[in-house]
Amino acid sequence: MKMVLCRGLRKIYRQGKMDVVALDGIDLAIGKGEFVALAGPSGSGKTTLLNLIGGLDRPDEGEIHLQDQLINDMDQSRLAELRLRQIGFVFQAFNLIPVLSATENVEFILLLQGVEAGERRQRARAILDDVGLEGLYDRRPAELSGGQQQRVAVARAIVSDPAIVLADEPTANLDSTTGQGLLEMMKEMNEKKRVTFIFSTHDAMVMDYARRLILLHDGRIVEDRQKEGK
Amino acid sequence: MFFQLAWRNLWRNPKRTLILLTAVVIGIWAMIVIGTLMRGISAQMVRHGIATLTGHVQIHRLGYRADPVVENSILDPQKVTERFPGLLPAGTRWAPRIRVPAIAGNARHTAGVNLVGIDPLAEKGVSFIGTAVAEGEYLKPEDERSILIGKALADQFDTGLGKKLVLMSQDTNQEIASRAYRISGIYRAELEATEKEFVFVTLPAAAGMLRLGRGISEISLLFPAEGISEAAAARLRDTFAGTDLEISTWRQLLAMISGVLELYDGIIFIWFLVIFVAMGFGIVNTFLMAVLERLREFGLLKALGMKPGWIVRQVLVESLLLLLIGQIVGSSLGLLSYWGLARTGIDLSAVAEGMEYVGMTRMIFPVLLPRDALTANLVVFLLGLLVSVYPAVKAGKVTPAKALAGG
Amino acid sequence: MFSLDAKMAWRNLWRNPRRSILTLAAIAFATLLLVFMLSWQFGSYETMINAAVKGSTGHLQVQARDYHEKKEMEMVIDDPEAVAALIESLPEVTAFTFRGAAFALAASEERTYGTAILGIDAQRENRVSELKARVRDGHYLQGDEGYTAFLGGILAANLRVVPGDEITLLGQGRDGSVAATAVTVSGTFRTGQDIIDRATLYLRLEDFQETFAMAGAVHQIVIVGRTLDAVPRIKAALQSGIARLGRDRELVVLDWSELAPGLLQSIKLDLVSGFIFYLILIVVVAFSILNTFLMVVLERGREFGVLLAIGVTPQRLSRLLLLESAALTALGLISGILLGSLVTWYYQVHGIVFSGASEMLRQFGLPERIYPRLSLLSIAVGAGLVFVITWLTALYPAGRVKRISILEAMKQ
Repeated sequence: MKMVLCRGLRKIYRQGKMDVVALDGIDLAIGKGEFVALAGPSGSGKTTLLNLIGGLDRPDEGEIHLQDQLINDMDQSRLAELRLRQIGFVFQAFNLIPVLSATENVEFILLLQGVEAGERRQRARAILDDVGLEGLYDRRPAELSGGQQQRVAVARAIVSDPAIVLADEPTANLDSTTGQGLLEMMKEMNEKKRVTFIFSTHDAMVMDYARRLILLHDGRIVEDRQKEGK
Repeated sequence: MFFQLAWRNLWRNPKRTLILLTAVVIGIWAMIVIGTLMRGISAQMVRHGIATLTGHVQIHRLGYRADPVVENSILDPQKVTERFPGLLPAGTRWAPRIRVPAIAGNARHTAGVNLVGIDPLAEKGVSFIGTAVAEGEYLKPEDERSILIGKALADQFDTGLGKKLVLMSQDTNQEIASRAYRISGIYRAELEATEKEFVFVTLPAAAGMLRLGRGISEISLLFPAEGISEAAAARLRDTFAGTDLEISTWRQLLAMISGVLELYDGIIFIWFLVIFVAMGFGIVNTFLMAVLERLREFGLLKALGMKPGWIVRQVLVESLLLLLIGQIVGSSLGLLSYWGLARTGIDLSAVAEGMEYVGMTRMIFPVLLPRDALTANLVVFLLGLLVSVYPAVKAGKVTPAKALAGG
Repeated sequence: MFSLDAKMAWRNLWRNPRRSILTLAAIAFATLLLVFMLSWQFGSYETMINAAVKGSTGHLQVQARDYHEKKEMEMVIDDPEAVAALIESLPEVTAFTFRGAAFALAASEERTYGTAILGIDAQRENRVSELKARVRDGHYLQGDEGYTAFLGGILAANLRVVPGDEITLLGQGRDGSVAATAVTVSGTFRTGQDIIDRATLYLRLEDFQETFAMAGAVHQIVIVGRTLDAVPRIKAALQSGIARLGRDRELVVLDWSELAPGLLQSIKLDLVSGFIFYLILIVVVAFSILNTFLMVVLERGREFGVLLAIGVTPQRLSRLLLLESAALTALGLISGILLGSLVTWYYQVHGIVFSGASEMLRQFGLPERIYPRLSLLSIAVGAGLVFVITWLTALYPAGRVKRISILEAMKQ
């Protein structure tokens, strides 16, 4: 079973009077437990592809299967459900809920899934420990460093054991040491919990960590190779 | 330049501007409309009061107002009225009256009434009775046997046209004078109380019955415009200073209505303030938001060398512009509503008894006082600018470094 | 135990305390004003009704059929004691009295005026109206002083009489005969209502009955109940009692709203016009706070985008927003109710005087000072109106958030 299967994806945006082809025929299969980097210059279609896989946007042509379910024409509430249970997101700008503490941010996902209160707290704390934030449970996002915030974001993304975690330039707002620390941690999670990670980047250092590197250019895959990750 | 910039800034977020504008427009509209309705009610009360045998100014013998009997009559009215030409503005009308408490009775009923002896021709242009006869006919001069009574009194007495009615009152010799009249007309008035209170006969009929000779109780004057009442009364007072005549304006005669007018002045102003406060919260909040989200911009302007005062002015001009637009639209809507309502009037017959209880008539025609519309606009304008000072100063205080870093 | 949702809503509220407080103040202001104004209206209605009840009509009256419209002398209640026995048996009646009413010429040595003559039972009248408290000169009618008169101050001045002087009354008896008698002025009263003070003269009931050939009959039986609420019950009990006496074709029971129909209508009129004022006021408030509610949504677009991306359904998101609005509204309402109650309570103790209106109030028999009356009803109606409008206002942004596009929101 493939975690993600894309066939003939095309996506066109209108920008003013011009049509901009963001994705131009993408075929892609990603298996369970992979640790994939989507690389390419800005405007190459990395974010668009992530958005399509995450169900945040719809393709103009082609199919997207997530764990063998076709998600192209799911309605909004099914997509929300899908994102909630099977997909974890990590954003470039951290994007935690500012009024909730670290634990509460993680718990929030479990709350949405209907996990009862005691278990929620326990699982949230455990995952925060996993990502290296023990002792910072009750800090609000404003009281955490960028790296710590992004760790909370990763914790939030993986707490519900999703099929895949989509991370759009997760290290772009971090200095390189912090970024490396985060990637180490993500990789550890990938190995320990067999969570599939797909992240976009244009940073060579980040690409080094990936075990599969997909290079995009003008909406097409120009290279797709397995490699030894760090 | 300031205006152009302010104008463009307002429409950077059209939805927000429109919402605030709506609050201002509804506020101004409500101020004006409620104002015209209240003025309409009071104007109707005044109009009705003046028409119901008050006039703009009345002349009595001193003492008559406290003790309205035949002894307190103006014995030689000729001497008074001959001074009028030249003294009073052209178009002034006046009517002499005899007016004394009396008892009306027929075979089965008696009631206290006000006997009014009138000069039918002079009275026509002065008080309501000239046009109020609904059945039968109006009095003819020199007719000494006819009487006009109100519909409500006729109903209460089970009587009608052609029937007899006996009036009793005290004459100048302090004897009980009584005379039988034939009901020649039945009049309608806006209030039932009026229909029950007054019965009308001719001056000679009343004078004859009361042995009053040429004497009368009062002279009621109606000027071409209500506004000159006070001035005209003052001239009359000068002219008749030293005599035993008392000159009273309708404001003195209708103390209750004067009180209501004063009260309405206060209520209207309070209403303006209340509405303003309601929209004031919106003005402060919206401008505060507009300012806070543009802190970076203001910081930049400052970095470019703009003085804090200019920024304050910029924000105030934006607020001023919005207030002005709101005022123009709101006032126009208010005027339109006023015209619409003034044409048809508001019919409150459904609660006529309630209106009568508080001394109001059943139709209300709104009245627009320029003063009210002006006050409403002034309240909104001045207070509106005042509350905008806070966000404006906030914007002026921003430091470039902080704004550029934090924005 | 607060849920995470409630916590989030509460904390979001205080992310921008200035804005929340301003919005809250707008809601509180409207609530305060409404609670106070409604209490004021209810208070003045009570004053108006009490003034009418104590001044003349009582809560209820038994009269001969058609007497109220026609006021004819021969429309009497014969054998009033039988009806009185019936009234006495009703537990909720606190007092009642008999009255006779006629019209007559009152003549002093110098003057003659027409006046209403009322025959009253001096003792019982006291428990129904406040006449005795209105004495200006001399004294009130006394049981053992035959053929005395207690009359309005203006009438006495017009007749030029003082206590001790004699007045001759000339009128028409129940049977159409001439009714004439001489009475001594015992005292004068002042109610402040010119229409009453100018033309009312009270006699002892027995003198009245004698003079006007009433043969023991009266015109009105005036009844005061324990409370205003008891009036309908007393009325029903009286009607069935009168029917049992077999006199229901002859006698009717009228309550205060029938005796003074204008009073009830003027109250309705005042209520309706009041509500129009309030509605306009709250609509202005609604538009004032709509911006704040809406801005909250617009400036938090990115945050909402993230929430939607991680799987929050749009329904849940709008519920979250409504929760925030609800918290804000609740705070505004509570502070408005508290402040409004305080202000109202202050004036309920001290009363309010309208400088220009005292003359008008006096003519309606109302005291110069009006006391608002704080009640559950005024609080509930005032707060309820504000709640409904604020809630409708909050629905708009909450509805908007359902249409938010994730990608658009996240771009901000």
